[in-house]
Amino acid sequence: MNLHEYQGRELFARHGIPVLPGQVAATAEEARDIAETMGSTVVIKAQVLVGGRGKAGGVKLASTPDEAYARARDILALTIKGLPVHKVLVAQAATITREMYVAIVLDRAKKLPLIMLSAEGGVEIEEVARTAPERITRRHIPLDGLRAYQARALFQPLLEDGPLVQQAADILLRLWAVYRDGDCSLAEINPLVVTGEGKVMALDAKVIVDDNAEYRHREWATWRDPAEESPSARKARERGLSYVKLDGDIGCVVHGPGLAMATMDLIKHYGGEPANFLDIGGSSNPEKVTAALEIITGDSRDASGASRVRAIFFNIFGGITRCDDVARGIVQSLAQNPLPVPLVIRLTGTNEAAARKILSEAGLSATTSMDEGVRDVIARGQEVTA
Amino acid sequence: MSILIDRHTRLIVQGITGRDGGFHTQQMIAYGTRVVAGVTPGRGGEKVHGVPVFDSVAEAIAETKANTSVIYVPAPFATDAVYEAADAGVGLIVCITEGIPVRDAMGAWHHVAALRDAAAVRAGAPANARRNWDSGAGRPRLIGPNCPGLISPGQSKVGILPGQICAPGPVGLESRSGTLTYEVVAQLTHAGLGQSTCIGIGGDPIIGTSFVDTLELFEADPATEAIVLIGEIGGSDEEEAAQFIRRRVRKPVVAFIAGQTAPPGKRMGHAGAIISGGSGTAAEKMAAFAAVGVPVARIPSEIPGLIAEALERRRPRGRRSEAPARRENGRNAAKARRPAKAARPARAGAGRNGNKGSRKPAGRSGTRAARAR
Repeated sequence: MNLHEYQGRELFARHGIPVLPGQVAATAEEARDIAETMGSTVVIKAQVLVGGRGKAGGVKLASTPDEAYARARDILALTIKGLPVHKVLVAQAATITREMYVAIVLDRAKKLPLIMLSAEGGVEIEEVARTAPERITRRHIPLDGLRAYQARALFQPLLEDGPLVQQAADILLRLWAVYRDGDCSLAEINPLVVTGEGKVMALDAKVIVDDNAEYRHREWATWRDPAEESPSARKARERGLSYVKLDGDIGCVVHGPGLAMATMDLIKHYGGEPANFLDIGGSSNPEKVTAALEIITGDSRDASGASRVRAIFFNIFGGITRCDDVARGIVQSLAQNPLPVPLVIRLTGTNEAAARKILSEAGLSATTSMDEGVRDVIARGQEVTA
Repeated sequence: MSILIDRHTRLIVQGITGRDGGFHTQQMIAYGTRVVAGVTPGRGGEKVHGVPVFDSVAEAIAETKANTSVIYVPAPFATDAVYEAADAGVGLIVCITEGIPVRDAMGAWHHVAALRDAAAVRAGAPANARRNWDSGAGRPRLIGPNCPGLISPGQSKVGILPGQICAPGPVGLESRSGTLTYEVVAQLTHAGLGQSTCIGIGGDPIIGTSFVDTLELFEADPATEAIVLIGEIGGSDEEEAAQFIRRRVRKPVVAFIAGQTAPPGKRMGHAGAIISGGSGTAAEKMAAFAAVGVPVARIPSEIPGLIAEALERRRPRGRRSEAPARRENGRNAAKARRPAKAARPARAGAGRNGNKGSRKPAGRSGTRAARAR
C-alpha cells in the first residue's frame, strides 16, 4: 500500500523526524482556514499517489489565506496522471538552502535494506539514476541495524558542517526506525532540506508499506483512502480477488497470478487489448465467480454507461483446483446473473471431463487450449462491435 | 536423476493438521512421496493420513531420519517454522505459505544462509564455492516462500504441484509462478517432453532459492538436458540469471517472461510482481536473455517447440564420441560444427548449446514413455 504524503508525514513526525507544520484539507475553504492559522506563506500540495505532482501543477505557494483558497481550489480540480485530486496538504513554506534525497528501499538481490542518498534532491530519483548515477550513494543496512557512525559517515561528504551532519544522521536513523518498525518497502524523503535557519527537515514523505504485514498493523486499515479506491477495486479486495484494471476491452478471469499475466499477454499477442488482470485464486464458489464477472463488466463503462468490455475469457488450469467445481460455479453464477457479453471458457486439468459435462448441460462449451480460447474471445468481441 | 528431491527424499510436513497441510499430505503420498512425519506443536502423537505427528521438527528427525520439510503453516507463524526446520538440521526446506512479511522472510533467508556458510567453512569448502555449496543435513536450502514446491516426476513431489500433468524426461523447469508452471509443464508433457525436475521458486520479493541457484543445479544434473525458465515482471532475478547463463550454463535454456502487458506500479497478484521506478519490466528481462543468446518464447505455447529444437541440436547423431570442448574454445567449436543452426538470429553469438562430450543421453527413455501415453 502506498501512503499519501500527509500520512507519511504523520508517521515521520511520530518517529521524531522534523517536518514543517501542516494539515490536510478536502476543500478550498478548509485550506484557507489552515493557512490563516499558520499565518505565513504556505505551500499547497495535491495528495495523489503519483510522482511528478509539481510538474502537473499540483504544488503551489500561497502568501495569503485568500491566495491559499484560490490555489487549493485550482489544485482540487486537477486530475494528475488519471487520478483526481481529493485532498491537498497545506504546509508552512520554508526557505531552502539545500535539497538532498534520502531513501531506504529493499534490495531484493542482496536481501537487505538499502540506503540511497543523493545531493540531487527535489527531482525524481529515477531521473538522477539515469543521468548522473555517480551522484547516488548506496549503502546496505546490515541485518542488525544501522549505527549512528554509519549514518554520520554517509552525510559527511555531503554536508561537511558538523551540526548539520549530526541532524541529518539523526533523521536517517529515525527513517530507519520508520522503515523497520513500520514494515515498509520504501521510506523516502525527497527533498531532505537545509533551511535558511540551518535546520535539516523532511519536506516530503513517500512511504510504501508491505501489504503482507497488515495483520500486525491495525492502523493501516484506517489509512486506506476510500476515495482513492474505485468501487470495483474495493469489491475485489473484499472478496479476496487480486484485480488490476487496464484499458482494453477483453476481460479475463484467471486462476493464478502468473497465468493471469500470461493470459493478458496472449490477448495482446493475438491482437486484442486486455481489460484487466484478475486472479480468482483456487476458489470455485459461485459468489466469487459472480463477483469477478461483475467487477469486470462494471468497471469499464463509457459515457453512455455501457460496458467497454466486449467479451470475457475464463481461463482455468485445474491442478489442485478441480475443473468440475469451477464449472459448477460458472453455471450457477450465470443462472443467477446472465452475462451481457459473450463468455469464452477454457478449462483443462483435474476432472476436466466432468466439467465439460456440467457446462454442456447448461448450454456452455469450453476449449482446452489457451491459445484457441484467446483467439476465440477476441473474435467474439469483434462480432459484438460489428 | 533430478535435482533436490528424488526417491530418497524423506519428508516432514509442518502444519500437517491444517486444512491445506492435510490435503496435500494425502496428495503427496498418493504420488509416491515418502512422507515420514508431520509436525504441529501440541498435536504430537496423532496421525494424519497414517503419518505420525510430532510436536517439534527435532523430534520428527530423531524418530524418522527425515531430510526434507514442507511448510503449510499460516503466514504469521511460517518463518518460525523455517527457523525451526533449519536449526533442527533439515537439508531442504520448502515453504509454500503465501503472505509472509518481507521483513520476516529477510531474517529467515539470512539465518539459513548463515547456517550454510558456517557448515561450508567447517568442512573447508573454498570461499568461492560456499554460497552454493551442496545442501544437506545442517546446511539447509530454503525454497520459497509463496511457491508451489517442486516435483521430480516419477520419484517424489513436495508441495502442491499436480503430479498428473508431469512425466519423467530431460527438461528441467524453474519458475516464479504456480499455475503458469502447470500450463507450461502440461504443454511440455503433451509434446512428449518429460521433465527431470520442475521447481517453483516463489513469487515473493525475497525467496530462498533464485534462478541462478536452480540453473547451477540443473547444469550439474546429468538427467537434465535442457532448461525452461519462466520469469515475470519485478526484481532483477532474470537479469542475473541471464548473466549466469552466459558465464556458466552450457545446457540450452529457453525463457518466457509473464507480464509484458502489465502496467507499472501495480502489484500483479504476486508480491514480487511489480514494475517499480521503471525497472523490472518484461521487455528488459527479455532483452537480457536475448543478449546472451537465450531464445525467449513470446507466448507459452512456443516453449515446447523451442525446447524440442534445442534438444535436437544438442543430440546430433554420431557425434557423441567427440572430445569435450574446453569452455573458452566452446564458442568457436560450436559455430564450426553447426554453421547453419548457429546462425539463427535468436541465438546469434550464443554458441553454448552442447558439445559437452561427457554428457549421457539420460532421460530419453522417459521422453519416449511420455510419448507413449
